[in-house]
Amino acid sequence: MKKIDKERLLLGIAAPVLALLAAFVVTSLVLLATGKQPFDAFQIMGSYGVKSDSQVYILNKATTYYLAGLAVAVGFRMNLFNIGVDGQYRLAAFAAAVVGGMVNLPGILELPLIIIVAMLVGAMWAGLAGLLKVGRGVSEVIATIMLNAIATAIISYLLQPGRLAHLDANTNSVHTTVLPKSGWFFTFTTNPAAGPIEGFIVVAALAGVAYWFVLSRTRFGFDLRTVGQSESAAQASGVNVKRMIVTSMLVSGACAGLVGMPTLLNESHQYATDFPAGIGFTGIAIALLGRNNPGGIAVGALLWAFLDRTSNWLEFNGYDKEIVGVMQGVIVLSVVVAYELVRRYGLGRQQRRVGEQLAAAARNTAKQEQEAAI
Amino acid sequence: MHALVGENGAGKSTLMKILYGMQKPDEGTIAIDGEQVTFHHPGDAIARGVGMVHQHFMLADNLTVLENVVLGSEKLHGIGAKARTKILEISDSYGLGIRPDVLVENLGVADRQRVEILKVLYRGARTLILDEPTAVLVPQEVDALFDNLRGLKAEGLTVIFISHKLGEVLSVADEITVIRRGTTVGSADPKTTTTKQLAELMVGSELPSPETRESTVTDVPMLTVGGLRLTAPDADGVERMVLDDIAFTIHKGEVLGLAGVEGNGQAELVEAIMGMRDADAGIITLDGADISHAPTRKRRENGIGYVPEDRHRHGLLLEAPLWENRILGHVTEEPNSKGALLDNAAARRDTERIVAEYDVRTPGIDVTAASLSGGNQQKLIVGREMSHRPKLLIAAHPTRGVDVGAQAQIWDQIREARREGLAVLLISADLDELIGLSDTLRVMYRGRLVADADPATITPEELGSAMTGASSGRLEHVATDADAAPDADGGEER
Repeated sequence: MKKIDKERLLLGIAAPVLALLAAFVVTSLVLLATGKQPFDAFQIMGSYGVKSDSQVYILNKATTYYLAGLAVAVGFRMNLFNIGVDGQYRLAAFAAAVVGGMVNLPGILELPLIIIVAMLVGAMWAGLAGLLKVGRGVSEVIATIMLNAIATAIISYLLQPGRLAHLDANTNSVHTTVLPKSGWFFTFTTNPAAGPIEGFIVVAALAGVAYWFVLSRTRFGFDLRTVGQSESAAQASGVNVKRMIVTSMLVSGACAGLVGMPTLLNESHQYATDFPAGIGFTGIAIALLGRNNPGGIAVGALLWAFLDRTSNWLEFNGYDKEIVGVMQGVIVLSVVVAYELVRRYGLGRQQRRVGEQLAAAARNTAKQEQEAAI
Repeated sequence: MHALVGENGAGKSTLMKILYGMQKPDEGTIAIDGEQVTFHHPGDAIARGVGMVHQHFMLADNLTVLENVVLGSEKLHGIGAKARTKILEISDSYGLGIRPDVLVENLGVADRQRVEILKVLYRGARTLILDEPTAVLVPQEVDALFDNLRGLKAEGLTVIFISHKLGEVLSVADEITVIRRGTTVGSADPKTTTTKQLAELMVGSELPSPETRESTVTDVPMLTVGGLRLTAPDADGVERMVLDDIAFTIHKGEVLGLAGVEGNGQAELVEAIMGMRDADAGIITLDGADISHAPTRKRRENGIGYVPEDRHRHGLLLEAPLWENRILGHVTEEPNSKGALLDNAAARRDTERIVAEYDVRTPGIDVTAASLSGGNQQKLIVGREMSHRPKLLIAAHPTRGVDVGAQAQIWDQIREARREGLAVLLISADLDELIGLSDTLRVMYRGRLVADADPATITPEELGSAMTGASSGRLEHVATDADAAPDADGGEER
């Protein structure tokens, strides 16, 4: 048995390694085609990415990506494709920024209030898609894409001077009321030159632990995974599939609500027109890369943040920064292909092994019987 | 017509997969028409005229019959009118009764099998491989199938089929090969071999019989169903009554056998009792408690064990390890969980116990359920359900696709639990099993319970004719009736 376990581990690592190798090869070819030296580029990325200020930047960025990856992964484990993480976290961050700006409580109340509002709004927005799916049979893919567009429209309607936002005369930007200091999340500094690490990384890590614990150690998690693997078997086993769809969308949305929090609580302290968008889609790539596994998602998030960080430096050194986009795209594509290939190979291999072992056992008993007969 | 018999896990399926190009042999040769061939994938086999009807149907539920048939062979006759004509032509010439525009998800298992056979013929197969083709059919249908197969043979086609029903094998095959533990242990001439000899060749032991000797029926009702009605849209989208005023009682220690041609409401009845469908009217009482509208999980916790008809769809998580499959369906019960938390260690220990006690042949509990053979998967399911000491066991085709050894074991388990007061609702297409195990027999036809019979005196032929709607009420064994009844199957709907 040990052997099969070790093999499973190897197979598990094989897919991302294969994918990354493929991505390197393709990116090298693209660089060569544009007349650039690929290895110089990789070296520039490598040496820049490990600088201490880069490390801090990567950790901070990865915090946001990690939460987005988790939000998507919750859906994936259920066989639900929540494309709407993007709209969910923006609407959630906006609502949280508005509520947080309106009240001024001590930090011990202010912070939980903001975070809970964000999670509730995210959950509600995703839950709508869940209700539509179980009630009217609307595919969650379509519903969440549409809800993304609606979230954008709602935010741009409300984010106007005189409604829920103010015009900043100096910078000419529109933003919500700045959060009181009590609503700022803590940061910590390891190296003054590198800048502060955002405290929300702790929350993200806790979310990862909670994700792992709930999915693999609780009854609820088992039910959720069951529905993801076979809806018919789940129903026969006593899971209320419809309720589970709504619940998991709520969980996914609540997690998505956290995605905007590092930015809001640790950086901007307000929701302005330049609030980062599109992280929900990055989350899909990261969840795929991480195989919906909390550890894998962390690696994926760090990799993505690393690539983001180095893209500017590449441009500074005379490369096109778009090469990083190409790289990210190729990684996602090859990850999907490699996982499926490795999965099939692993299943087939296991079936053969089981067959062989049983045949061997049967041969042995047959031999013993014969010997006994003699 | 060549029959292949052997226990589950003996290697029949693997051999068939090799013949069909789904798996590559390590050594050895295959020759067709005297010509040596190598298949790298099923496409090569199809090109050589080898067609396969799998035990687990390979059909896309959300496509129509026509679409399923042309899928992958669009080049033959297109996907439109020409294909339809061809399908109807094949269907008519072999009497398969195919309706091309029905969605496959709305078909019963027997109809699906016919679609599979047609699919193979449509691709121009000259050699047909059938994996347990008769497991889902009633005697009359088996005869019809064998007539079809003889027709195919007369036209020069070759048929290889796998069956556990040795009587059938002897009556229809021209040649028999027995395999055990991955090797050919012998071949037999059906003209001179008896069932007993064949069975001994196959397992090295006597043929088990499902017969139940002493009665353990008590007068304490365990499951009472009254006035149960259920409507559902049929193949053409029309709301139809699929369960019509169903009423019966199963007592402690009683096995109630439900006979019926597939698609007459048995599956829906099971799903209504399990709570997977909410009945429109009627009362279901389990051990004195009204569970008419209780959710499935509650019913399972209250003591219903369920061996589903389609183990891949309803009984297993194929890509999950065995120990997670042991939790499936009983996640709220000991030893799988404590409060809201799973107890993985205890579940694993208990899986080891089930594997040992129920002789599930596997190298360990961490392999996926998909890597086990069908019979071993079934043993795991039976073991799991019995481990929770059910009050009522719903066993739908508990021994379908299961070898003789495992079959006897499953029968033993049902009998033993019955002695301890278990009530069993048994649904089976194997009439010998149904008659042998049951204390009471009911016949289901078009959503109604139309007849009942005493298993002690009834013959499979009499039961079979009642299943086609030819007779109703209390079935009495009359020697002269037996000869006339089997022809009267005109009432069956195709």
